Amino acid sequence: MSLFDHRIADIHELLHKKELTVTDLVNESYSRINQVESKVDAFLSLTEEAARKKAKALDEKISSSSRLEGPLYGLPVGIKDNIVTKGIRTTCASKLLENFEPIHNATVVERLNEANTVTIGKLNMDEFAMGSSNENSGFKVTRNPWDIDRVPGGSSGGSAASVAAGEVLFSLGSDTGGSIREPAAFCGVVGMKPTYGRVSRFGLVAFASSLDQIGPITRTVEDNAYVLEAIAGHDQRDSTSANVEVDKFSEALTGDIKGLRIAVPKEYMAEGVSDEVREQVLQSLKTLESLGATWEEVSLPHSKYATAAYYLIASSEASANLARFDGIRYGVRVEEGNLIETYKKSRSQGFGEEVKRRIMLGTFALSSGYYDAYYKKAQQVRTLIKRDFEEVFKDYDVIIGPTAPTTAFKIGEKINDPLTMYATDILTIPVNLAGVPAISVPSGLAEGLPVGLQIIGKFFDESTVYRVAHAFEQATNFNELKPEL
Amino acid sequence: MKRISEEQVKHVANLARLEFTDSEIEMFTKQLDDIIHYAEQLNELDTTDVPPTSHVLDVKNVLREDEVRPSKDREEVLKNAPDHADGQFKVPSVLESGGK
Amino acid sequence: MSYETIIGLEVHVELKTKSKIFCSCSTEFGAPPNTHTCPVCLGHPGVLPVLNKQALEFAMRAAMALNCEVADVTKFDRKNYFYPDNPKAYQISQFDKPVGEHGWIEIDVNGEKKKIGITRIHLEEDAGKLTHVDGAGHSLVDFNRVGTPLVEIVSEPDLRTPEEAYAYLEKLKAIMQYIEVSDCKMEEGSLRCDANISLRPVGQKEFGTKTELKNLNSFAYVQKGLAFEEVRQAEVLNSGGEILQETRRWDENNNETLLMRVKEGSDDYRYFPDPDLVDFYIDEAWKEKVRGQIPELPDARRTRYVEELDLPEYDAGVLTQEKSMSDFFEACLQAGGPAKPVSNWLMGEVSRYLNANEKEIEDIPMTAEALVKMIQLIEKGTISSKIAKTVFGELIEKGGDPEKIVEAKGLVQISDEGEIRKMVNEVLDGNEQSIADYKEGKKKAVGFLVGQVMKASKGKANPQLVNKMLVEELDKR
Repeated sequence: MSLFDHRIADIHELLHKKELTVTDLVNESYSRINQVESKVDAFLSLTEEAARKKAKALDEKISSSSRLEGPLYGLPVGIKDNIVTKGIRTTCASKLLENFEPIHNATVVERLNEANTVTIGKLNMDEFAMGSSNENSGFKVTRNPWDIDRVPGGSSGGSAASVAAGEVLFSLGSDTGGSIREPAAFCGVVGMKPTYGRVSRFGLVAFASSLDQIGPITRTVEDNAYVLEAIAGHDQRDSTSANVEVDKFSEALTGDIKGLRIAVPKEYMAEGVSDEVREQVLQSLKTLESLGATWEEVSLPHSKYATAAYYLIASSEASANLARFDGIRYGVRVEEGNLIETYKKSRSQGFGEEVKRRIMLGTFALSSGYYDAYYKKAQQVRTLIKRDFEEVFKDYDVIIGPTAPTTAFKIGEKINDPLTMYATDILTIPVNLAGVPAISVPSGLAEGLPVGLQIIGKFFDESTVYRVAHAFEQATNFNELKPEL
Repeated sequence: MKRISEEQVKHVANLARLEFTDSEIEMFTKQLDDIIHYAEQLNELDTTDVPPTSHVLDVKNVLREDEVRPSKDREEVLKNAPDHADGQFKVPSVLESGGK
Repeated sequence: MSYETIIGLEVHVELKTKSKIFCSCSTEFGAPPNTHTCPVCLGHPGVLPVLNKQALEFAMRAAMALNCEVADVTKFDRKNYFYPDNPKAYQISQFDKPVGEHGWIEIDVNGEKKKIGITRIHLEEDAGKLTHVDGAGHSLVDFNRVGTPLVEIVSEPDLRTPEEAYAYLEKLKAIMQYIEVSDCKMEEGSLRCDANISLRPVGQKEFGTKTELKNLNSFAYVQKGLAFEEVRQAEVLNSGGEILQETRRWDENNNETLLMRVKEGSDDYRYFPDPDLVDFYIDEAWKEKVRGQIPELPDARRTRYVEELDLPEYDAGVLTQEKSMSDFFEACLQAGGPAKPVSNWLMGEVSRYLNANEKEIEDIPMTAEALVKMIQLIEKGTISSKIAKTVFGELIEKGGDPEKIVEAKGLVQISDEGEIRKMVNEVLDGNEQSIADYKEGKKKAVGFLVGQVMKASKGKANPQLVNKMLVEELDKR
């Protein structure tokens, strides 16, 4: 049994009683990494020396007389490589940023530091978070710990795989169109995309600013709630950060969901969703019913337009967000010929194909004569999608469906067909467009591969989402299933 | 019907400061055409009176007071620069390349 | 063929906030390169902008002073273009919801008043500073200036002559200085101007093709550049040629405009709403608060000087052109100075001194109170106008209290009748011939004798008394 099979609350208690040290936890991380990383390839960089030093310092601060500072004290964490870490190489899995060392910390990193966590390393991802399989990393492909021939999902593939493989206790990912939830589902772990504005984006390298949100990936719902409590909250450095009080999510986990009204959108159970995934969701709904909840089929009528609207909006924003990578102030410069040629060479050689495809799409959608037809149209459709959710949430507490239409697919299976790849996100994208929170929790295995159940909540109602997810987890214990590596 | 021509793709690539080989241009033309074709399903929806959403949250008037805080040390600022001289970022001449 | 000239100006004015528009770095001018920068203004990955409240309020103030309608909702957009001085490769600017629109200002050219429309005023961030290293094949970038708040003020194409353009800029600068949102120092780049100019045959409605002029580093260059362009375009048109939509640069060494580039279609900046910034709702209460911060503007002051202080139009115009001069005048009035004499001194000796020494009124040590005191000393007869010039010379160079200067230098006017009578008699004793001349009716002799007495008193004798005593004493002889 691994130390990381314990819940955060249990580890906290063990540390407090001095039955366990932070150094033990850090040792567990690096020895597991030594053991399995060659198969999983979740990390882009490791910060072992600093981690051990910090563990030692934290151990020295532990005294039996006073409580540890915060529930995350001494816990080993992995951070997705699009979250900037001062003095620690941050690449966004892009060759263009191969040598980039940030000179400041993201707000979430500062909050983790205040919570006394220990950073183990930076995690692999699809380059600039563009992808659903991790195959778009500029450096390597992370593998699914349940089957190393399969993708871990993306873009936070490293974040999900590292937790599933027991390399870290928890990790941070980012979710623009499903990038936390889909890999969490594929790897059989718990992944939360909070309400837009709940967690500061300051220090998250922007992909699509109006959709991006940082969130935790953990083994249990309770752990997830603890991590979100630590990283959430208003930040003056992010104009889009909501000045809304952060609930004690961990205290919402009562196990009681009697009378809960669940909506199940028929569009989320339709064509494109595999039979075994649909079956799992129906089973899960039965479990929730047995706990006293009721469910009804509803419609989110504009769901089928979400993917198209999403790719126009996200790519447009990305085309501007990624323009700063020009090889002038940082990053890799390929200096050849004049200034314009240098720009073009640096960017063309630094970016991978998918990133270039999205920059091209976004640049086109914003260009003169096309703005109204594509970008503005997509923003209007976004309004309709948001209204769909508002309508359903008038009568229901949560919306439930699958996280992804299938289980993890094979590496290489979809890489040459962008539209098929984009379809992987049809069930997660509408949530980002609407801005509401959603979690993916393990709901069992289909042919040996994890399936994720998606629970979507109202604006800033992560508490209910966690309560439902926790009750489900308690009733099923699917989170105890572990991959063999 | 082709929605995007290779010429358009080249124009967009130039706006985005990207360069492609002929075969890449061909590939992107096809793929962008497919994606745009897919995106045009949005035209099925009448959005005449629908306001666009650029922010999902109703957050407004986020301002900071006019206060000076310390800047970063120049050494740090230039640390990641591919090239610098005399405390400044060094770039290929802007005169030779023409305007913006 | 005769043509009508159409001119529109785009003026960028740096706002004098303490910190930058979207981060807390200082906006101070002249610091060593790249010492006022941070991840936000350098466009590092992951950073976000937060708007400086003062910058928005300065822009609102400027909009109001330019008679614009201030927006109820204003927002920011990204203007996308690659250039090494533009770190994010987009500039945060305003596209369809600027802070202000539909304004106007009044200009006065050769006594004729004319309203010039202001299309819009919007808030945006300044770029960094590029230095071209001659012959070295590279350029250098300093990002201290990047993120300094700017307003861009776009005029309607209402200007018809280079002189009008000059007057417009003078007025715009005066207003910006009066409302204290900018220093408007062209030499430091805190005011910059691009000009659009086209010609059309007199009577034609449609505008001709325009050219854009850049590198106009002073108001004089704007006027000269436009005048040159007026002639050049007319020559091209008269010889059957066609004006191309191009950007031209004013070459101050050769006094001509030179082609920079021909525009191919319109630039494609791909504006879209910046998702990192929220909308700004400006309610009436906020507008009122900002309106309350606007002091009396130059036109209003000018009218008041004429109507309430009885100053000539000319004086009022000169005194209100520069805020600093006008403020000094106001301070003089505050100190109890008489309007017209103060005006005479400011427009005369003070302006002469400032021009000769290339100084601004805020650079001199003389206070308004001191100038007023000096004028009062003249009016009381303590010093003569002639002596006053000596006192003024001292005051404007070194400052101080005019009374003390007068005392220390022994410049007090002698008004003691006994003392003067004594000097008069001494002079008369030594000038028998002049007395004879006087008796023969040659009145000119008095003037000569006054001069002699003044000389004997080292200029300190009260001239009126000297005159009176002389006549009395002459008549006695």
